[in-house]
Amino acid sequence: MNNKYILETKDVSKVYDSNGLVVKAVNEVSLSVTAGEFIGLVGPSGSGKTTMLAMLATLLRETEGNLIIDGQDLGSMSDRERTKFRREKIGFTFQANNLVPYLTALENVELMMRLNKKNTRESRKRATELLVRLGMDDRLHNLPSQLSGGQQQRVAIARSLVHDPSVVLADEPTANLDTERANQVVQIFADLIHEQKRAGIMVTHDLRMCKYVDKVVQMVDGKIARVITDRDEINLLAGTSEFDKLPKQAPVEEKLHPVNSLFKSNLSPAPAGN
Amino acid sequence: MSIYLSLKEIWRNKGRFFLFSMVIALIAVLVLFTAGLGEGLASANKEYLEKLDADLLVFQGGTNYSTIESRLDYQKVKRIQRLDGLEDAGPIGFSNLKVVLPDGLETLDISFVGVNPGEPGSPPVFDGQSLSSRQAKVIVVDQRIAEQAQVNVGDMLTIKSTQGTDDKFFDLRVVGITDGRQYFFQPSAFVSLPNWDRYRPKADAGEYSSRPITNTIAVRLENPAAMTAMSAYIENSIVDVEVTDIRTAYESAPGYAAQQNTLNTMKGFTFLIGVLVIGGFFQIQTLQKVPQIGMLKAVGTPDQIVAGASILQIIFVTVFGVFLGGLATFGLTLGMPSSVPIIFTGTSVIVAVVSLLLIGPIGGMVSIRLALKVEPLTALGM
Repeated sequence: MNNKYILETKDVSKVYDSNGLVVKAVNEVSLSVTAGEFIGLVGPSGSGKTTMLAMLATLLRETEGNLIIDGQDLGSMSDRERTKFRREKIGFTFQANNLVPYLTALENVELMMRLNKKNTRESRKRATELLVRLGMDDRLHNLPSQLSGGQQQRVAIARSLVHDPSVVLADEPTANLDTERANQVVQIFADLIHEQKRAGIMVTHDLRMCKYVDKVVQMVDGKIARVITDRDEINLLAGTSEFDKLPKQAPVEEKLHPVNSLFKSNLSPAPAGN
Repeated sequence: MSIYLSLKEIWRNKGRFFLFSMVIALIAVLVLFTAGLGEGLASANKEYLEKLDADLLVFQGGTNYSTIESRLDYQKVKRIQRLDGLEDAGPIGFSNLKVVLPDGLETLDISFVGVNPGEPGSPPVFDGQSLSSRQAKVIVVDQRIAEQAQVNVGDMLTIKSTQGTDDKFFDLRVVGITDGRQYFFQPSAFVSLPNWDRYRPKADAGEYSSRPITNTIAVRLENPAAMTAMSAYIENSIVDVEVTDIRTAYESAPGYAAQQNTLNTMKGFTFLIGVLVIGGFFQIQTLQKVPQIGMLKAVGTPDQIVAGASILQIIFVTVFGVFLGGLATFGLTLGMPSSVPIIFTGTSVIVAVVSLLLIGPIGGMVSIRLALKVEPLTALGM
């Protein structure tokens, strides 16, 4: 393992065994992210990207392989240690239900500081600054129900960054937003990840959002099918939104080809894996 | 952190939680009212006996400690008084008659109690003098009679007694006032035994004695700890008597057990309803909060904070509800006529309050378990 990476996975697999039906949701995935690097994890439904994200968030244990964040092997941790690790080292933004409905925007951001027992005047100042930076200065004391979807996601982004996590994860953060708001949210997210030198991973179906990431990792059938690091290729990919047109739960044969053909038709072949 | 989360949620949803506290308050009113009524009814039944300065009561044999059935003559009183190990013993006669109220038209039903002045059974007074065997035509009344008949020490009180087929009126001078001493749901007035026999309702007005037949004998022991042994000793020494402690005596009163059991059953069911209502409310609330709890867990909130917030929320709402219920009950009793026997100082009321405070956490236990079992991935639909 290389020390320059904040996040590394080595041959990570996740196998589900449901009544004798064995499904390998993630299959020997190796991935590494450096500080200040923002990765877009894309792929059709059922490709294993959300399972991968859940494992990185310590919400799910890997069946095989190693997940290492900040030099710590997640597999060797107890459940209690994993909860503590998640609280301290990971920032998380979800697709929906991101905020505590009875806490204001500022309180939602401060929540992470409180959970980490860092509820000082300084932490309040930091939370406020972050929200101001995200354009929420006039909404600090509004409840989530008084905020638009985009504003809620901005608060969630602030919450995912306020406690100085090493890794910031986002699961479909733009799923419920219109194009304009989606662009705003992901751009801010990318800027902060770059600025604050976090390792960021965003799972998304919306390829247009890939223009803000540094690297696109495409997963198919639980494996990394392709890694795109070239800016031109990423921009080319982000210029389309063909993923959106794909059936969500299509049979493997059906859902793979359009994706592959998309890449093949627009991009030069790239080696699988990283 | 748990306190912070629970208080924030309550504050930001104060309307909903206040309404729910009101439901708990109503349950509390019901429970407290039932408990107070139970205490009041029990007290109305036993107040005089409970306050007796005695350890044992002697009844006629085979009467099951019933003051109505029991008849004891003066010889038995004398024999009992001569037994070893007794500090004192006093005969008590019970009867019912009426006191004429100041307007001269209305009457008040009272327990008319005959005692030997200075012996067990004779009530202490807080105003005036105790009964004296040297004074005729005097009476000691309890506080309730003094209030309702509007008499003070030195005033004349008219009692109405049916003797033969005639209603007879006797004017007695109030020499002392004792505290509440109800017996069989009626306030009590005390006279010496010869006066009692003379004024009590009876078939023949001309028949009375200075040593009348009484209903029970109150016995004060030299060593109250030896109550059981002394009961047996008295029963073995005196023919045709049965002896018991004060508590058993009033619990044996007709209707006492049935009345208390009825009220206790009501209380039990109200508690059960309380547990189910509170349990149901928090269960529904937790189900509504599953995604939120999942998110909290996903960002690293420990289970104990999630559970702690739920428990504290239940406790806050329950305590507030019980407090509101207590206030409402207090307000209700202020407007209640004094004839409704409600007492809020008894043990059963304290037990009711403690139990009310416990029904929240008991009812909410299922929801706390549910909150702990929330799986972040499932809750967030990942």
